[in-house]
Amino acid sequence: MNKAIRSTVLFALVLSFAAIGVAQRTSGDVLIRNATVMTASSGTKTNTDVLISNGKIARIGKNLKAGNAKEIDATGKYVIPGIIDAHSHAMLDAVNEFTYAVTSMARIRDVLDPTDVTIYRALAGGVTAANLMHGSANPIGGQNTVVKFRYGRSADEMVFEKAPPGIKFAMGENVKRARNIPGVPRRYPASRMGTLEVMRDAFVRAKDYKKSWDNYRAGKTRVPPKKSEELDPIVEILEGKRLVHAHGYRSDEHLNLMRLADEFGFKISTLQHGLEAYKIAPEIKKYGAGVSIFVDFWGYKMEAYDTIPYNAYILWKNGVVVSINSDSGERIRRLNLDAAKTMKYGGVPEQEALKMITLNAAIQLGVDKYTGSIDVGKDADIGIWSGHPFSVYSHAEMTLVDGEVFFDRSKDIAMRKELEEERKRLEAMEPNLPPAKRGKKKKPEAKSEEKAKTPKREAGGVQ
Amino acid sequence: MKQIIKSKIGSILTLAFAVVCVAGTVFAQNGPADQNKTGVGGTFAITNANIYTVSGEMIKGGTVVISGGKITAVGARVSIPRGAVRVNGSGLNVYPGMIDAGTNMGLLEIGNGVAGTVDAGETGNINPNAKAILGINPHTSHINVTRVNGITTVQSMPSGSLVAGQSAIIDLNGATQSAMAVERQFALVVNFPQISTFAGFTPGVGPRFIDFKQAVKRRDNRLKDLKKVFEAAKRYGKVRQANAKDNSLPAPETDLKMGAMVPYVNGEKPIVFIAQRARDIHGVLKFAEEMKVKAIINGGMEAWKVADDLKKASVPVIYNRIHNNPSNEDDPYDLNFEGPAKLAKAGVLFSISTGNNGASVRELPYQAGLASAFGLSKEDALKSVTLYPARILGIDDRVGSIEVGKVANIVVADGDMLEAMTNIKHMWIGGRKIPLTSRHTEFFEAFKDRKLAQ
Repeated sequence: MNKAIRSTVLFALVLSFAAIGVAQRTSGDVLIRNATVMTASSGTKTNTDVLISNGKIARIGKNLKAGNAKEIDATGKYVIPGIIDAHSHAMLDAVNEFTYAVTSMARIRDVLDPTDVTIYRALAGGVTAANLMHGSANPIGGQNTVVKFRYGRSADEMVFEKAPPGIKFAMGENVKRARNIPGVPRRYPASRMGTLEVMRDAFVRAKDYKKSWDNYRAGKTRVPPKKSEELDPIVEILEGKRLVHAHGYRSDEHLNLMRLADEFGFKISTLQHGLEAYKIAPEIKKYGAGVSIFVDFWGYKMEAYDTIPYNAYILWKNGVVVSINSDSGERIRRLNLDAAKTMKYGGVPEQEALKMITLNAAIQLGVDKYTGSIDVGKDADIGIWSGHPFSVYSHAEMTLVDGEVFFDRSKDIAMRKELEEERKRLEAMEPNLPPAKRGKKKKPEAKSEEKAKTPKREAGGVQ
Repeated sequence: MKQIIKSKIGSILTLAFAVVCVAGTVFAQNGPADQNKTGVGGTFAITNANIYTVSGEMIKGGTVVISGGKITAVGARVSIPRGAVRVNGSGLNVYPGMIDAGTNMGLLEIGNGVAGTVDAGETGNINPNAKAILGINPHTSHINVTRVNGITTVQSMPSGSLVAGQSAIIDLNGATQSAMAVERQFALVVNFPQISTFAGFTPGVGPRFIDFKQAVKRRDNRLKDLKKVFEAAKRYGKVRQANAKDNSLPAPETDLKMGAMVPYVNGEKPIVFIAQRARDIHGVLKFAEEMKVKAIINGGMEAWKVADDLKKASVPVIYNRIHNNPSNEDDPYDLNFEGPAKLAKAGVLFSISTGNNGASVRELPYQAGLASAFGLSKEDALKSVTLYPARILGIDDRVGSIEVGKVANIVVADGDMLEAMTNIKHMWIGGRKIPLTSRHTEFFEAFKDRKLAQ
């Protein structure tokens, strides 16, 4: 589509969805009536009401009084916690800082695009929160941001403020491949050996840096050390204040990284991808890391050749906290079915399967106090589904974040005609016409403005 | 017998145990690392099962008899031949094996970074003589991984160039290409020239685009090239035919590429045109009419917009957009999920396909199910991965439903075959009972009970 049309239409679209938000505003007071509630923490409750007040789950029970709350009849429907994607690159204007091997100074929070339609499509798949991470080009990548999908709001309003800070690490093929980016000087490392040395070097430097600051703060030195945007986040890792999300595929990579972490006295929070994690499930359990995996995506590169769809089951059986992620603006729409597959492959029990896309992801991101299950006191991040969420025949009907409705299938369908007409109207507008049809009422300044606008969205396309 | 049985309730466990015992007598050889076991033939009777014939009504508590590679009896009251291996189907569903009509199965093992395993396409623009059947690796791990999910037959297509080559239809069983082949050379695959503004990547910068007008011009030029090739092939065919009738007329110099195209450009065999957008599908219809060729659309994202014309021209659609986002940001979020329902409503013959190159073809049942969550009837969802693709591929006299005389490509599942939670319990391809093992079950067996070293 013509870029100009796209940005204009998109802008209109954002306005429209913002309008849905306003129209649907519930002040966070909602009573979901008579649903089958899959809590993800304490089993499934039939014919049950969920009362939401001020954006939090206030009561779960039968025949609750609505009071001032907006009532939603969910008879015959399923209520589950909002799905949390522990590995996503949605909303990102840039994914990788393809230069240094250590880019701990880069912040995902600086490049959030709140208008990314992926958010809405994810909401339509029942997803309410995601861990937005730097890509996997660098052994130590950028700082991640956890968001709630409050579509129609600003980027700042989407940030999950209570989530602890984190950082992306990466090992394996993607890191090795990143030395061959055209137009970027070749860089170290070229192998899995060098990847670990880059990490080791960074932690050696961070320890020295921390020591010089500690000495300064203790009054042992009088000149403050030079501030390092690169090393500050790594010091936070050493201090246990920043979670490490480590991308890796091969089991040996994970073991070597855990050994490196022990050597420097820090902790790996989650192994991201972990396609071969099942091979070392007892070691991961003993170490205490979580693992966030694809349920059955495999074979797309050499290091993805040994994974199996039984990965989740073996990890679960060993007591490892497992989440199932999408890492994709497409797969994020059907994480419910990915969870269902863990019941087939090995036989993960239903609630444990549900936890893999909700509570376990919340635990891994350090937000399980606030979200991830249907429990009194937690944020009302909730999906209402037409049927059992693990059935291929079901779809999300409503998705609530903090008790506000951010996706409503019936409203979505009702608005389609209006959007279609709006689109036609916008396409017929002078600046959006193809050049040949333009210029009936020529305005030279409109044309130059158009020219200036066009190349805007092209930058930063490499991922 | 290392079939994975994970029971939810006791009765199923007992049943499963019985089933394992029965199956265990049929084949006792399940060691790790023997890919592509071809199963065991014989006479089998699946008893007391719900039989989803697809072509007719569901039969409750029915029996299916398999013998000599074929289905020999189906019904509620069927006499079981002496010596038949009985498979207790109580509580289980029987389906025809699923068919994915649009894959590149066997033509590549690992697409990214392992170039040595990739045989998906040829050099140059016009490759009608490239035959998928000669590139398919019968021992790819993708085959076992796919079939244990209930998929028994696929079309595998070469990819890449304008005329990419000839596809093959294969059953997912056999130690050689010939043993797998259902149709060695089924269709010519043409990447129909599309209007696209994409003009490649600038290293370190990103994608480049051309003006829409230029894009149309580029498409028109490519279409002209395609027409020239088709017309040349038609002429080649005519000269060859004339010479065959009257050898005093000059014989054409043998041209492997032109020769390969003749049955397709003459309309004797079908041509799979890859096209997604309505304007491109329209282009295909126009081209096919003009060239008098038999077209099948593969892709079909916007086929629903062209449904009436497709129906009028009797051009079927292999739809592969379920696991793809809509192409425009302002499209309804479920636009591609709804495609099959719209095609069904319009009466267009369609099938649902993963469009995958091998590793993820096993997703086929869930894609059909997802289409059903967005308007397609459950009945049509099942047909869209069984009988409809069989019709499109012209093999519905052979597979696609459970009927006497058809080849025994049969799947027994412990629930709705399209549900992600359902387990496949037994399967037959060409009447051979297939072990439910794959690269994945072998790794599972090897690692599921691994403990920390003391």
